[in-house]
Parts: sequence; C-alpha cells; structure tokens
Amino acid sequence: MSAVTFSGCRLVDPASGTDEVTSVTVADGLVTAVGGAREGREVDAAGLVCAPGLVDLHTHLREPGREDAETVASGTAAAAAGGYTAVCAMANTDPVCDHAGVVEQVLRLARDAGHCDVYPVGAITRGLAGDQLAEIGAMAAVGVRCFSDDGLPVRSARVLRRALEYARTWDAIVANHAEEADLTEGAQMNEGELSSLLGLAGWPREAEEIMVARDLVLAAGVGARLHVPHVSTRGAVELVRAAKARDVRVTAEATPQHFALTEDAAAGYDPVYKVNPPLRTAADVAAVREGLADGAIDAIATDHAPHAPEQKAQEWVQAPCGMLGLETALALTLTELVDEVVSLPEAVALLSTRPARSRDISGHGGPVVPGAPANLVLFDPEARWTVDPRALRSRSRNTPFAARLLRGQVVHTLLRGTFTVRDGAVISQ
Amino acid sequence: MNLTHLLSIHDLARDDVTTILDTAEGMTDLALRPIKKVPVLRGRTVCNLFYEDSTRTRISFELAAKRLSADVLNVSAKGSSVSKGESLKDTALTLQAMGVDAIVIRHWASGAARQLTGWVDAKVLNAGDGSHQHPTQALLDLFTMRQRLGRIEGLRVVVCGDIVHSRVARSLAQALALLGAEVTLVGPPTLLPPHPERWPVTISHDLDGLLGKADVLYLLRVQSERMREQHFPSVREYARIWGVDAQRLARLPEGAIVMHPGPMNRGIEIAADVADLHADVIAAQVTNGIAIRMSCLYLMLGGEA
Repeated sequence: MSAVTFSGCRLVDPASGTDEVTSVTVADGLVTAVGGAREGREVDAAGLVCAPGLVDLHTHLREPGREDAETVASGTAAAAAGGYTAVCAMANTDPVCDHAGVVEQVLRLARDAGHCDVYPVGAITRGLAGDQLAEIGAMAAVGVRCFSDDGLPVRSARVLRRALEYARTWDAIVANHAEEADLTEGAQMNEGELSSLLGLAGWPREAEEIMVARDLVLAAGVGARLHVPHVSTRGAVELVRAAKARDVRVTAEATPQHFALTEDAAAGYDPVYKVNPPLRTAADVAAVREGLADGAIDAIATDHAPHAPEQKAQEWVQAPCGMLGLETALALTLTELVDEVVSLPEAVALLSTRPARSRDISGHGGPVVPGAPANLVLFDPEARWTVDPRALRSRSRNTPFAARLLRGQVVHTLLRGTFTVRDGAVISQ
Repeated sequence: MNLTHLLSIHDLARDDVTTILDTAEGMTDLALRPIKKVPVLRGRTVCNLFYEDSTRTRISFELAAKRLSADVLNVSAKGSSVSKGESLKDTALTLQAMGVDAIVIRHWASGAARQLTGWVDAKVLNAGDGSHQHPTQALLDLFTMRQRLGRIEGLRVVVCGDIVHSRVARSLAQALALLGAEVTLVGPPTLLPPHPERWPVTISHDLDGLLGKADVLYLLRVQSERMREQHFPSVREYARIWGVDAQRLARLPEGAIVMHPGPMNRGIEIAADVADLHADVIAAQVTNGIAIRMSCLYLMLGGEA
C-alpha cells in the first residue's frame, strides 16, 4: 500500500497529549510518521483537525431482524460518514445477540462491509427477558467485552448482581438501562410541567436515578465494572460523579440529544423526538454538560436508533423510541460544546479516546504515533452544513436535527489506513 | 377570526372564545324552529373519525354538521379498515383523497389531532385526544355557565375528580382562565396533575373548604380502573372524601350550579339525588354541545366559497 501524508493538519490526540499543527503519514495500515518529511501522496489538510477515529459505545445496527431500518453495512457506512472507526452494536436484534452465533454473524457482516470496526455487545439475559443469564462466557470467547439488555432494564437486583459477579471472570463490563420500570409504565416523555399539559404519561426522573443508584451499589459491592448508558438527569449525573469519587468502577455516557435538546421539542407530538430516556429539561441539559466537562461522564455516545418511516409516522404513544445519531454526533459536539463547555482536545477525548479505553478497545482512540493502526478522522471544525435527512447514509431518516445548521464536517475517515470516507464521500470497499 | 383547526384551547385567544360562544348563541335559536336546518355548509363534507367509543360527542357533532346542511361521514375504528391495521396516517390520506373538508377526530392517543394536521389539508377539529384536550366540551361548558350565571369573568369554579387523566379538565381550566374565571382543582393528589406549574389554577385537597364560595362545582368522572391502579384505596373512601352528596351540596351558595360532562358514575363522584336535582344543567350541557359544535364548524368552514 502506498503512503499518504496529510500535511498541515492540527493533530489532536489526547492519548499522546498532542495538539499541534503537523503532518501525519500513513502506510500499510499504520501511522508511520508524525511531523516527518512528506512521503508518498500528499493530501493538503491545512485547516483540518486530525484525530483518532471516533468510537461509539451505543449503536443499533438492527441486523439481524430489522434490515428495513438499518443493516450492518448501512449503519457502518453512516458511522464512517460521521467520523467513526469503531462502534459497539447493541444486542437487541432479532434474534437477540445472546449467544456467540449472532456475535459472529455481526462481525462477519461488518468485515464484509469494511466501513468501520464493530464490537458487538452481548445480552445480559437470554432473549433480553431479564431472568436467565445469557452465555456470557461463549460471547466473551469471541471477543465481547460488554453486556447489556439495551433498552430493557434488568429489573431483578439478584439477576444483575449475578451478571456483575459472573462478568468478573473476564473483567467484562455490564451496562444496564437505567430505568425502574415500575415507575414508567406507559411513559411517553419526561415527567414535568410539559407532560402535564400535553396529557402524556411521564418518565419521572426518579425512575432513572433509583436504577443508577441501585446498580452503583451492586457494582461497588461486587467490585465489578458497570457502565451507565445515556445519563439524562441531574440526579443521575451526580450519582455517577459521587460513585467515581468513591472509586466505584463505573463509566458513563451521554448522548448529543441529551445535551442539545430539551423536552420542549415534544410539544408538537412529532415522534421523531420520542426517545428513551426522554429529552429532559434545560436544568438536566446543563447537568449533563457539567458532567461531560468535569469527567463524571466518560463518553459521548450516540444511541443511534434507526426506525423505518412508518414506525415513526404513528401516534406519539404508538411510535417507538429512538433517534439517528452517528452522522451528527461530531458536529453537535462541536456546535454545542466546543469552546463553551469543553476544549477541542477534550471533545476528541469524549468521542474517541475515553470511550475506547472504557471498553478495552485497542487500536482505536489513539495514540496517533508511529506504529499505531491508522484509524483516523480528519474534519473541518469550521465548515457549516445543514442536516438533510435524505442525504444521510443511514437507511432511516429519523434524525431530530433536520434542517439544523451545524459546524464541523468530516472530510476523511481512515480505517487501518484505508479511506472509508474521502473528501466527504463514503468509499465502498 | 381565522379558525383553521380547533385542536387545543391553548391555540385560542380570549376574543376567539367569545366569538365562538356568541356565534353559538345564534345557533341555539335554530333548535327551537320546526325546520332545524340552515344551508350554510351545503356541499361540504365533514368526517367524524372516531377511534374511541363515544355516544354523546359523536351524535352531537353529527347533528351539528347536519343542521348546517353538511354531508356527514361516520368512520369508527371498529368496522373499517382501521381494524385491519391501517395507520392513522393512511386512513387520513384516504379521507383526504376522497375530498373531505373537515375531519372531526376522537382518538385515544394524546396529540393525534395535531399530528393529523401534518398529514392532510382538511381542517381538523379535535373531539378529544387521549388525556390532552377536548376543546368543544370546554366551550360548551363555558356557554352553559354564561347562560345560567350571566358571566364567566370572576366566577369561582371548583373542578373535582380525576384531573390527571382528564382532557376535559385541561381544556376547561385553560378556557376558564382565559375568560377570567378562578379555577380550583380538587381531588386526591394521586389524581391531580403532577407538576401543575403551568396550569392556570389553584390546587387543593379540601373539597369541603371550597364549597361555601363556589359558583360552579364541576365534577369529573372517576373511573373505577383507577382504583385498581392504586390512585385511591376504594370507591367508598373516594365517595366519602371527594364525592358530592346532598349534605355537601347544601354547603354550596344559593344559585351555584353543579355540572358534569358525563357519563356519570352515580354513587361515586355524584350521588344519585344530586344528579337528579341538577339534571337540568347537565342536560343543558348536552343541548348546548350541538350549538357550540355548529358554531365551530361554521367558523371553520362557513366563510369559504
């Protein structure tokens, strides 16, 4: 493979503590030089930021089972378009990813598509039913590091405790959807002043916070690794922050929708804004931003959740929860957070370095140094673009950010030195 | 006034409400004539699209449209392609293709009426959506209050019962506040809206303390399934604390009226003898419903060629 040198880029690599204008040379799938002489073909990257490829801890690729909404190929193409080189695919497929067979199927589909590395998340319990443990060992044997029943909380404290204990064999991570379902029957949106006016049953914040608190207590007792997905309330952020201060082995993520949107978006009953956990209030958004700034929250994750158009074109009460995220997360981070809440290097850490580390994903998240796999994103941090759902690479169109003007656009994405996105266009391998 | 859709009282200004009430005034005379029909909506098609069982509201809308000479279609969720799994959107597009001018929709899902406006060009009239709004019910209640008490402004209205699940309460509280009435919601905390900060009301749990100063006591139906959901321990306990019997009724000032949107649960929120004693007001609510719906349909459809 011939060498390529990206010259004049600002290399932002939290893993090596680098933030400087330099050149990055890539050959044979590896980074071969930083700041070296031009080698091979030169790509003018002046004005672009070069960072380790983004890593998403929470992606729904929908295959197997809902290929009408997304496939591994379309979802990973969307990921590459969004600057990602690694995504963690959630287990709520059909069949459920609760045994090694589905893990291997997803891995094979991802390899065939070649857009992005996929790290399947295994189910905690068989069929996501919440009672019997799935074959965690068999899935760990084929590389699974994290187990989650996705949107279905493990309600039984006994079952979750067993899962945390059992996962210690591999020092694997358990991610439990933080929702005390007893308090959220029929819930449609954040419980508050607006749900009261709209006549929609609310998700009380207590439902999230009770589950986060319970899981933190269990994880602390067992000494196992817990991941808290999509933190959305002030109380939940504070619980995670306090647990970290006590050295509980916990990591947490927040999504762009929970730092960029509030429940006010629900007022018109457009189900594109229906999501679980629900969009909360401005005070919660502020708390999520504080958590991202002070390290209480480790990662920005997308919870990319494609749904076929007819699924979302229903009564709000009937429509499924979920939003697209892979193609807008970087730009939303740059638009909403960078310079106001976090620095650019901190943003890269939240989108790449820390999520990779939190899930033991090596080869992604940097460091961008000679000899490391060339998993990179180059983006223009100043370019403005308007979100057009029809232009997305995902098979679905359910973005809540349609028509929003964002800053920050992906120009190139490289997976082990191969362009998956070049000049803004996804390259089919 | 330009009334494109009628979805929520929140979309109306004070003058809009007054216009609807004043227009309804003229419509009541029609019911007294031997031929109860005017040709103002001749050639217009109104579809009653009902996804929820309803006797009085559907008949009321049907009569209202027919008295204005509109052609009326009744589509109910049972006995149409709706029961074959057709989506609301596709059903709406079918009605659109058939050229209906207005859709009167009753739906179990909050927000369904508003969503419909995004899919069709027809005018949409909300006949009750989930726990959200039931604007024509509130308007007919205001009309009845004005008819009986001569005014709305300054009236002290106590609304008692299951507020949290009630679309009537949401519409009524907003409409009354818009016209300057004082609204107090009363009931067990489990049946009052959580986070009522944006409701233009006072909240209370003490029915007896309010009765002495009320001009209107408005009772809402308490569904017994709420008891199974543990909103209150028993029907007997509910009736004892928040139900209205003759003894409580005696505390109301002279001239105060008792209202109920129906259907009533005699013996729970309202004792049978109280219901009978105030049957004329409750019947007037039903009669006035037709005039209010005629008024709304006329204001929405009548101005066009």
